[in-house]
Amino acid sequence: MNKLNALLDAFGSAILLTGRAFGSLPTAPRILKRVVEQAFLGGYASLGIVTILSFFIGAVLALQAGLTLQDFGAKQLIGTLVGESLVRELGPVMVAILLAGRVGSAITAELASMKVYQEVDALVTMNIPPERFLVLPRLLAVLFYMPILTMMGVVVGWFGGAVICKYVAAIGVEPSQYFQSLRAYLTVSKVWDGLIKAEIFGFVIILIACNTGLRTTGGPREIGFAVTRSVVASLISILVLDYFITKALA
Amino acid sequence: MKKAILKERTNPDGSPRNPVGVEVSNLSKNFGSQRVLKDITLSVKPGEIFTIMGPSGSGKSVLLRQIAGLDLPTRGTVRINGDDPAEPDTRDRFALALVFQAGALFNSISVYDNLALYPLEHRLCPKRDIRDRVMRALKILSLENAAKKFPSELSGGMKKRVAIARALVMEPQLLLYDEPTSELDPVMSATISEIIATLKHEINVTSIVVSHDRDLALTISDRVALLMKGELRALCTPDELRKVDDPAVKDFLNPTIDLKKPRYQQLEAS
Repeated sequence: MNKLNALLDAFGSAILLTGRAFGSLPTAPRILKRVVEQAFLGGYASLGIVTILSFFIGAVLALQAGLTLQDFGAKQLIGTLVGESLVRELGPVMVAILLAGRVGSAITAELASMKVYQEVDALVTMNIPPERFLVLPRLLAVLFYMPILTMMGVVVGWFGGAVICKYVAAIGVEPSQYFQSLRAYLTVSKVWDGLIKAEIFGFVIILIACNTGLRTTGGPREIGFAVTRSVVASLISILVLDYFITKALA
Repeated sequence: MKKAILKERTNPDGSPRNPVGVEVSNLSKNFGSQRVLKDITLSVKPGEIFTIMGPSGSGKSVLLRQIAGLDLPTRGTVRINGDDPAEPDTRDRFALALVFQAGALFNSISVYDNLALYPLEHRLCPKRDIRDRVMRALKILSLENAAKKFPSELSGGMKKRVAIARALVMEPQLLLYDEPTSELDPVMSATISEIIATLKHEINVTSIVVSHDRDLALTISDRVALLMKGELRALCTPDELRKVDDPAVKDFLNPTIDLKKPRYQQLEAS
């Protein structure tokens, strides 16, 4: 019962936090510098790892699918399978998991540390709402960079698949054939589905990270616990939301 | 003190910014089943230095957080010139500033940016004026050379001075200090005490100081409140406090070390 209360408490506080943060949206031009800074820290700085991760996800997907499809004599469809899997499912989910582990954890640690060491109290006494100063820039930034990161990851994943198809002799599909089959079934609406998922995942991850950080009390030990809680909650939320968004978009 | 930070302190409508009074009425604060503050009633007059003293764990900092509006009391009220300090409007109107025990400086930005944050966020004046304001505050506290440094590069004493400078930039009408001399050597403690006393006259501000530093409290305060176990044990001037005929108060002000009857054994017994 206590865990249920804590869950409902966290959920309620996340909703309040969203309301307060977006309540100060009219001041957005004043926080533009911080939005850009957060976009750099969260988005630009993640590009490298997203690229590496996506390349190998595309490669593994092509390898697994290629060998199986070959058994059914349908290896010409490998581009379609890799392309759709990445754009609608694996791309948004993998980038979201990466975001939770890399950016969400860092945000929770930073805000929890600010809370524990009274920097958040200092903002309150200066009449600077932490929701406007700390939360809104991060939420606006993720809405900007998440679709870019996801599309970047998807495209790199497609190329990873193409490389495997060409150089693994057992598959032996030329890039032209691979991309032709990818284009044949890929529609703009499928790309939009993936981007909508990515936006929702990104927003929820950063909201959980900020909310967990700002609710931290105690000492340095609690900062570590807060980071763990934030990442676990984000990962669970990604997978649960993935099901419901997929169902809603189907 | 080199020069006054504020030559003319006025409200936007041109009226003078006077120090404020604080009323604490029947205030109690519980954390779960633990009563940390018990029915505290006191008033702080505009412009005075009011020190809240007491041993560790007596509830001093908790009381200060209620006055700053950072926590809500379980029972009772705090009013600043009749208004609730927990309301953002009240904090905005009186520019209530709090100097935290550990400074609570923003570690990711420079000392200059720490000081410029309040006027920038509230768009109080053009950037050039903000710079003047920040540099004046740094000069008062002899911190001109620290402007570009980051808080992690500062000593404990410098952090306290930067925290006071950050409060000064706010042009406060009520200045709260939480243990301003803790963890400082005696010379730096005396320096901070001098700064607090001088600021009272220079910027005509009401100051509430939470401290267990007996020298600070008895030297610079206009009045002292002594808290013990969450209760108000004495409320008087420093001279009157020295004459209080209460063994607990006397022991707090002039503790003696008696190895035959160690104090820690009495603590365990109680």
